[in-house]
Amino acid sequence: MTKPFRVLPQVGAGNEHFWTGGAQGELRLLRCAACRHWIHPPAPICPRCLSRDVRPEAASGRARLATYTVNHQPWIPGFPPPYVIAIVELEEQPGLRLTTNVVDCAVPELRIGMPLRVVFEQHDDVWIPLFAPTAGG
Amino acid sequence: MESPERRAAITGIGQSAVGRRLGRDPMDLTLDACLAAIADAGLERGDIDGLASYPGGWFGPRGFAGPSIPELQDALRLELSWYAGGPELPGQLGSVIEAVTAVACGLANHVLCYRTVWEATAQGKGGRAGIGLDGGGGGGGKSFRAGGSLQWTLPFGAASAANWIAMFAQRHFYEYGTTREQLGWIAVNARRNAAGNPNAVYRDPLSLDDYLSARLISTPFCLYDCDVPADGATAVIVSRAERARGGRRPPLRVEAVGSALRGRPSWDQFDDLTTMAMRDAGAMLWSRTDLRPADVDVAELYDGFSFLALAWLEALGFCKKGEGGPFVEGGRRIALDGELPLNTQGGQLSGGRLHGYGFLHEAAVQLWGEGGARQVPGTPRVAVAAAGGGPLAGCLLLARE
Repeated sequence: MTKPFRVLPQVGAGNEHFWTGGAQGELRLLRCAACRHWIHPPAPICPRCLSRDVRPEAASGRARLATYTVNHQPWIPGFPPPYVIAIVELEEQPGLRLTTNVVDCAVPELRIGMPLRVVFEQHDDVWIPLFAPTAGG
Repeated sequence: MESPERRAAITGIGQSAVGRRLGRDPMDLTLDACLAAIADAGLERGDIDGLASYPGGWFGPRGFAGPSIPELQDALRLELSWYAGGPELPGQLGSVIEAVTAVACGLANHVLCYRTVWEATAQGKGGRAGIGLDGGGGGGGKSFRAGGSLQWTLPFGAASAANWIAMFAQRHFYEYGTTREQLGWIAVNARRNAAGNPNAVYRDPLSLDDYLSARLISTPFCLYDCDVPADGATAVIVSRAERARGGRRPPLRVEAVGSALRGRPSWDQFDDLTTMAMRDAGAMLWSRTDLRPADVDVAELYDGFSFLALAWLEALGFCKKGEGGPFVEGGRRIALDGELPLNTQGGQLSGGRLHGYGFLHEAAVQLWGEGGARQVPGTPRVAVAAAGGGPLAGCLLLARE
């Protein structure tokens, strides 16, 4: 698959786990060491128990399609439409969500609630987490 | 109920020319609106002792902001007791809510509130830019990297509020069976009303068939679900109630405001993907007044995207959650002579993207009976103006004294 141009994130201490976990095939998010609550986007505190002991941990990479849009408007040179933008909810926790792209799925096959799994697309020092239909799902 | 905001009233409004690519200096537009509003309130320049604006002078991409508070204060040599400008507010009308609190506390007598956009001129011949991809967001270009909250959207090409809000609409379709035809009535109604507004950008008739055959932007949104970038300035005067009387028109009492932010302040992490911060702002508004949704004679609800107006209808309790689609379907209920006239000036969809302030301006026009060809029948006494989408939401309930 030829990779499109993508606007990449600024990677630093606070988000490196998320954007580089794909190098090991892992979708890494912060998790509270005290109450085990998952935290995203990253913040240095657990919003549930207020523990400051939060650490990156690999999530399963399994998710369900929460909602989506097929974008038809060219916004970014080198990243041509149409493409599917989605919000997926990770299976680890209700409301634990990412905005992403659904790939390897024809638009008529998209169904809210469908199971998805993470796949990574590497650009320079960044592994972008995208989601594809679960095989046989 | 005597909420403190009842100590504030709208006493004057003003608007510059509104249009596509006017090529006018933003300060020039702002002065047109502000001087008109001061005169409209029956005031002199020296009566203005407060200034408020969204989003201040330095926020966002080119064309998004007009003059800063200091620039306008200096241009008019105002002597201020209080002022505030900035983007971190309960939506665009949050700046007016700030002015309400200032006069209710006695910090000022007459606050000039303004919002200026010149996005059409800034955009030039090019298309609408993605958020974060032009001057205000840090550059664009191949070496640009997204920071802050944009890192969670731009790598995926989710570069516009059209994408972010389309996903809420899609989820609403999924949960409640809402349809494109239903959304279309918001656009058709706006165009119908714009015909009666000489300052509206698009005034030619638009049919539901036109809507349904328009090119797609981000499903389920087509071109006519998106507002039209415009140039223009809008101003309103918020006065202390005891200083508001004796003008040529009845003051419009600020009966209640909604400014709440209770869910996550995000486009993709909000707990309910079929509504947004407007849910809590709307609920707060009704907690501060004895009036009820049935008392509202005219609704001016933010339609930066058609779905936002539908979501505001639900958030403000004009229909039950999830029933916004059937509520607007057919367009009769929301027409000028319907039970709840909606976006009587054409909204932002057809009137032009004045970014929130246009709705408050129009609420005042209607309550003062000055809508001309778009005036709702009868004598409207209560109007609601609301602005914002996603994590931004602010609303005001106005009552004619």
